[in-house]
Amino acid sequence: MIEFPWASAAIVIPLAGALLCGVMSARLAAVVASVSSALTAMAVAVLCWRVWNVGAFVESLGGWGAPLGIDLYADGVALLMVAMTTVVGVFITVFSLGYFRDAPDSERENSHSRGLYWSLWLVVWAAMHGIFLSSDLFNIYVCMEVVGIGSVALVAMAGSMALRAAMRYLLITLCGSLLYLLGVALIYGGWGMLDMQALGPVVEATLASEVALAAMALGLALKTALVPLHFWLPAAHANAPAPVSALLSALVVKASFYVLLRLWIDVFPAIDKAAAMMVLGVLGTVAIVWGSVQALRQNRLKMLVAYSTVAQLGYLFVAFAPASTVAGAGVAWHGVIYFAVAHGCAKGAMFLAAGAIAAALGDDDFSSMRGRGRHLAVPLVAFALAGIGLMGLPPSGGYTAKWLLLTAAARADQPVVAFVVTAGGLLAALYVFKVLYYAFARPVSGSGSDAGETGEVQAIPTTMMVAPLMLAIVAVLLGVWSAPPLHLLDIGLPFGEALGPGLKP
Amino acid sequence: MRALVDTTFWLPLAVVASSMLPGIFIFALREEQWRVRTLLNLAGAFLKLAFIAVMLFGVYVGVEYETRIPLVPGFDLVLAGSALSMFFVALSGVLWLITTIYAIGYLDIEGSWHRSRFFGFFSICVSATTGIALAGNFFTFIIFYELLTLATYPLVVHDGTPEAMRAGKIYLAYTLTGGALLMVAVVWLHGAVGPFDFQEGGVLSAFDEEHRHRFVPIFALIFVGLGVKAAIVPLHSWLPASMVAPAPVSALLHAVAVVKAGAYGIVRVMYDVFGIHYIAELGIGRWVAVAASVTIIYASLKALAQDSLKRRLAFSTVSQVSYILLGVAMIGPVAAVGGIVHLVHQGLMKITLFFCAGNIAETLGLRRISQLGGVGARMPWTMAAFTVASLAMIGVPPLAGFVSKWYLGMGAVQVGYYWVIAVLMASSALNAAYFLPIVYRAYYGAPERPWPRDERAGVLETRASLLGPTLATAGLVIVVGVMAASPYSPVAWVEIVIARIYPPA
Repeated sequence: MIEFPWASAAIVIPLAGALLCGVMSARLAAVVASVSSALTAMAVAVLCWRVWNVGAFVESLGGWGAPLGIDLYADGVALLMVAMTTVVGVFITVFSLGYFRDAPDSERENSHSRGLYWSLWLVVWAAMHGIFLSSDLFNIYVCMEVVGIGSVALVAMAGSMALRAAMRYLLITLCGSLLYLLGVALIYGGWGMLDMQALGPVVEATLASEVALAAMALGLALKTALVPLHFWLPAAHANAPAPVSALLSALVVKASFYVLLRLWIDVFPAIDKAAAMMVLGVLGTVAIVWGSVQALRQNRLKMLVAYSTVAQLGYLFVAFAPASTVAGAGVAWHGVIYFAVAHGCAKGAMFLAAGAIAAALGDDDFSSMRGRGRHLAVPLVAFALAGIGLMGLPPSGGYTAKWLLLTAAARADQPVVAFVVTAGGLLAALYVFKVLYYAFARPVSGSGSDAGETGEVQAIPTTMMVAPLMLAIVAVLLGVWSAPPLHLLDIGLPFGEALGPGLKP
Repeated sequence: MRALVDTTFWLPLAVVASSMLPGIFIFALREEQWRVRTLLNLAGAFLKLAFIAVMLFGVYVGVEYETRIPLVPGFDLVLAGSALSMFFVALSGVLWLITTIYAIGYLDIEGSWHRSRFFGFFSICVSATTGIALAGNFFTFIIFYELLTLATYPLVVHDGTPEAMRAGKIYLAYTLTGGALLMVAVVWLHGAVGPFDFQEGGVLSAFDEEHRHRFVPIFALIFVGLGVKAAIVPLHSWLPASMVAPAPVSALLHAVAVVKAGAYGIVRVMYDVFGIHYIAELGIGRWVAVAASVTIIYASLKALAQDSLKRRLAFSTVSQVSYILLGVAMIGPVAAVGGIVHLVHQGLMKITLFFCAGNIAETLGLRRISQLGGVGARMPWTMAAFTVASLAMIGVPPLAGFVSKWYLGMGAVQVGYYWVIAVLMASSALNAAYFLPIVYRAYYGAPERPWPRDERAGVLETRASLLGPTLATAGLVIVVGVMAASPYSPVAWVEIVIARIYPPA
């Protein structure tokens, strides 16, 4: 059992499912997708179990190790990201079962496109696992391209409304990938290898490596939608079909951020990045404020949630400021990863809930939510639970992450960072409660007789109710059950000594 | 491994969970399932009381209860039973049972609007309050403190009217900001001195040399953060606004649980984090006493100007809760007894008054003091309870409020704070000035017939489920005053608490 290549399995299973879905009828494709989601989850569970018990390990694809072949590297941080992807992914699959089954919307009616959806979704899922588990820079590039192109196609499935957003998203993701590829080329030219673990000790601070890092960081920041490179995100994330919105906001942006983090710490330890980290910290701050303010100004639920992603991604970069100090680095990196995981679950749940609400109401305009809160109880509860995570209030994974980020700020003696992290939570409360307002407010008197205003909502499939709620509960549980994930994170000292003693007081 | 049934581990958890779990189940009930709902509510309340009774006895004979669950390295979820925390737990357990009965009767009159939601959040609020009381460190305290904030919001906006929604916004603006300040202060503190648990006698004096300059600003931040919930002027405005909530909410949460959570938190910080002698050394006590005194006088003056009965009671709460802080801040054993025992005494008196206000509003539809003429004849038992509680508030012997004020006054003399006696006298005079006119009008004023509505319940003046709890708490107001010298009175328990902090010389 130990010999079985579980890391490869986590990539191959969804990939095989995708290929099968491509040749199936829509109905069968849904079955195949469900089965491969379940099998993927099993493989990832075994993988976690193995890393937990045995420690980090290298797995060579087809038996060919680096530098000739491709290595998969499973350590704590990679595993945690894979586990998050799988948990969110399973619920996206569950949600999609209902979402694509009935309701004759333009985006769902075509049975051919339904089969296509399952294929694309599973391919993107496999490629994300590829990104998290690869230790080969070029392999990561390939996977990122697959994720990017697949995501664009998924966004475009929403129909004419989303085409413009999808086109812009395509250009952005290609630009990002090209910048990244430029960096890969420079590194390969300079040091003749691509394995991250091997590169770390040998890459020196030369002009080539600095340009490589700058190009890759720029490309990845573009893909991660760091303000001011966020302009493409809200339209793409908000106009996509609901399960795709969740996929993009919860997972895809995390994949590019993860690569950035790995490069930053594993490949380029030799380069002095303190000034750049401060710049990233400042941009993260701007992202939190700008994203939150924009979220508050939206009239559509999904746009609000999309801008909230812009704001929340800011936290990932704010943490670079305390991470630039010796005292704060360990806690800050822990906090960042935990934040990414917590946000992944919370934002996935939130977008799924928003999708359920939109499906029940026919659109996601706030004006049509008024007075119909009591018909939307389950998705609104899911939204509220996810919102607790975004606000960083206990009990939720967001709280634990924020506690770590604040601790990092305190250790690094950066009160400004503490202020930003705290104020960001309050800003999130503003836009979360803007939505929850409709859950509690009575219908406006006078319109009570108008059936269109207060009348029933469309019934939505059970899977669309259950998936966001369960995922939101996971986001909450990450706050009361945070010791195991944090322990997993430390396995293999993913970021070297920087992470090792980090959490110990 | 610990034994399967290790009561010292499970009991604190059971005290919190006994209201949390029924609350979660209640959410899932349909509106018309009132029998199951009532059963769950009462079973939870009685079970909680039983757990509390066992634990109270255990703490009395010296058993050390502690639930410890690791969450983040260095920071555990700790629920521990100390003499001080049991005092607060017992108060909330007893009053929860009484208020639950009251609320069942109250909401039946009010009609059906989200009753499952109401009782669900009500139960979670009580769990959060007991969690705050039992919290063994700051990390745990904040978790339950913020949970209380979130769970109270749906109760404040329960009616869904524009006025209620506005009150909800004010409530969130104050409490979330307060919570954020608290969190920053706590993380800052832990960043400086590392993780620690609450300890009788305090912990921080050991770090005096290195961190003294930080402790005063940290205390100030914590004081402001907790002061929001404790309704210290000028952070009190949310409380009068929240009076739009249904009567049981005002009674239990806004007279007992929420405001006490703030006051109790400050007491806990002074005793178990800083240590009262270190507070004295830092010169903080005097400032807390001044803030409390300003609040006592200012809120009493504001109360005079209110015509809405509930708003007058709310300002009275603002004023009375600061007695607790005043007593503790004088830094002397006798004054401390008066302050801490007021935690219970004020709770009993104020919950009686709010029950009475709810009875009058629900039975006769009267909410303004100017309308109360003739109520004494129509509702003799309710007004008798109101009169008892009012006299107790003013400090007439031998009622509960007199006992508190007696100890406070003696304590002030003991430590030489003679100006506090002037504050107490002024406050008593003001109490009389804003309570006696209500009583006078009810008995001697001309009735404004017809009443806006007139609900009779057989021979009783109002429903038994409303009248019973009112008379019960009024009875307790008399009993704890008359029996103050007995070994089973709140005063006796507080003397145990205080004897550990100020060992008898």
